[in-house]
Amino acid sequence: MSSSAPARFGSTVTGWFSRRQGAAIAAAEDATLRSDRFRLEREADWRRLEAIVSRMESGRIGAIADDDLVALPVLYRMLVSSLAVARETTLDAATLAYLEGLAQRAWFVVYGPEVGFRGWAARFFGGGWSAAVRSIGFDIAIAFALMVAGTVVGWLLVAGNPDWYYALMPAQPGDVRVPGASHDALYKSLFGRTHETGLAVFAASLFSNNAQVSILCYALGFAFGIPAILLLIHNTALLGALLWLYHGQGLTLELVGWLSVHGTTELFAIMLAGASGIHIGRAMAFPGQRAVLDAAAQAGRRTATVMTGVVLMLIVAGILEGFCRQLIDATGPRLMLGGGMLAWWLIYFFVFRRQGTVQR
Amino acid sequence: MNASTASADRGTGMIGRWRQRRRQRRAISPTERRKRTILTAEGLRLPITLASRGTRAAALMIDLGMIVATIIITTLLIVLFARSIGIDKFKDGTPGEDLLEFLLVIWIIAVFLARTAWFLWFELGSRGATPGKRLTGIRIAARPGSDGTAGRLTAEAVIARNLLRDIELFLPLVFIGGALGTGADTTMAAWAAVIWFCIFAGFPLFNHDSLRCGDVIAGTWVVEAPRRKLGQAMSVGSGAQGVSMLTGAQYRFSDEELAIYGEFELQVLERVLRDNRDDALAEVAQAICRKIGWSSGAGDERAFLQAYYTQLRARLETGMRFGRRKADKHTG
Repeated sequence: MSSSAPARFGSTVTGWFSRRQGAAIAAAEDATLRSDRFRLEREADWRRLEAIVSRMESGRIGAIADDDLVALPVLYRMLVSSLAVARETTLDAATLAYLEGLAQRAWFVVYGPEVGFRGWAARFFGGGWSAAVRSIGFDIAIAFALMVAGTVVGWLLVAGNPDWYYALMPAQPGDVRVPGASHDALYKSLFGRTHETGLAVFAASLFSNNAQVSILCYALGFAFGIPAILLLIHNTALLGALLWLYHGQGLTLELVGWLSVHGTTELFAIMLAGASGIHIGRAMAFPGQRAVLDAAAQAGRRTATVMTGVVLMLIVAGILEGFCRQLIDATGPRLMLGGGMLAWWLIYFFVFRRQGTVQR
Repeated sequence: MNASTASADRGTGMIGRWRQRRRQRRAISPTERRKRTILTAEGLRLPITLASRGTRAAALMIDLGMIVATIIITTLLIVLFARSIGIDKFKDGTPGEDLLEFLLVIWIIAVFLARTAWFLWFELGSRGATPGKRLTGIRIAARPGSDGTAGRLTAEAVIARNLLRDIELFLPLVFIGGALGTGADTTMAAWAAVIWFCIFAGFPLFNHDSLRCGDVIAGTWVVEAPRRKLGQAMSVGSGAQGVSMLTGAQYRFSDEELAIYGEFELQVLERVLRDNRDDALAEVAQAICRKIGWSSGAGDERAFLQAYYTQLRARLETGMRFGRRKADKHTG
């Protein structure tokens, strides 16, 4: 009889854990059908599992006794074997539906996200993030190459025909940064703004805006990464055009300093977002042995970690742009801060190799 | 006479309903089409039902409503707070202005969080569902790979599926907002937004598992999360022993009388007994009596049906143990 082994196992565990066994057996004697006796003997354990699962679902893990937590895997496995037996021996549709529903709920709890938010954060900062970044290294290389190419293209376009500048950079009223601007005007746009107000608002809205662009970069990856590539090139073409403009007045280093304060962080973040998009696009275009959907899902999960980090980097960049760039009014310190940030990110991502869990 | 023919009609109605249900099961019904099986690590085949697209839309509407409400309440609270400390009386360069700036920053961050973190926060919880999904009884789960084995729902998957929500839902709004802001052609932007939105809203309509783009990237799907109560055991008590409530006599059915029906009819009978509605009990009792050639009395239907159910189930389950199954009354 196939049911005898689980039944013996079940009654032993019930003996350890449950005080209601006697009552269950007494009720079971009363039942006419063999399958109902089977059910009544195990019902107490099922209900106990249901109570534990309900408490875990509502997030009150603290309210669960240690005994119950220890019993959970055992109870779950008993339920699984009960269900397997019941499917072969009982025609009680309601009980079967209950068991299947409970097995599903318990399965979600037992095999749910294994770490809480704190555990996830510890894993994320303690190696998970940098490991995820390293795992898309090839795509980062592509994104970097695209950004360099975008900058060069922007420069060359504007150098060839200054009208391109207006195409790349939509004219805003009062913006002095246009072709033909004087050295002084350009210089003033970089320095001497320490007393401006509204910096915090500026920083917050910058972050919100940048985060949206980078999420877009990532999310459009599933169109084979092409939109991500276009966004990367477009954004860096702007950079190239600006560089050309300031270069014309001999202000290249000053501009680089002004940009580098937040730019090293922000451009790094945008590069990672673009690389994530390219990674997904590449996985979908060339899935190899895997099914396309599986490949997309794997790439999506791996790059989700990177993207969480990108949003955090953009917060840092927003703070740097909103406050530090305006408050530090000389090229030297600006370059040092920007270079320092860049060095920090590079070390954190590529040198810091704690045994972090790499996502599948 | 009249009463009996009327009930006979209803009787065929009952059987007609049985037939109809069976036909529905044979021709694949929409509910049936949403059924999937996943294989757990224990090797257990768990049946699950994908959430219908309508349910998901409803859940989304509830969530969006709640998000908008949260944003409005936060805005009102901030405005009220600013009013209560008389912030509009401050002039430029005073500490009051910094405070105003601070409140603005909080507002921007709150809106960003409400939009992005709402879904993340709730779906990362152990119930895997936002309030809207909880109310509609659905949750997200990891989609099994092509080999059918279901994995864990990871934090990364939840993040990925919700990052995609941004382009599916909020980007069209950005289109329109951007066009309004720069004074560009708003009708063009509106049309672009509508087309964009339709592509993404239509995405779940055109695949087998009704996945939206976020589900594709994250490797998730949305399933029903049933919370069923365990019903009474059916064969407990005197009714199951076949004892009549009226006369105290025992109902005993012969093998031939039990051989008529199969598992499908047994489960219909189970539903009728669990629902315990008098008119349904009477109808089914009469239908069975006609079929097995008993003369139906009145008033003792429940005991009669319980006895019949228990004995039919005992017979079918015995057959099951020996590997003989009878799906319904049409099969041998």
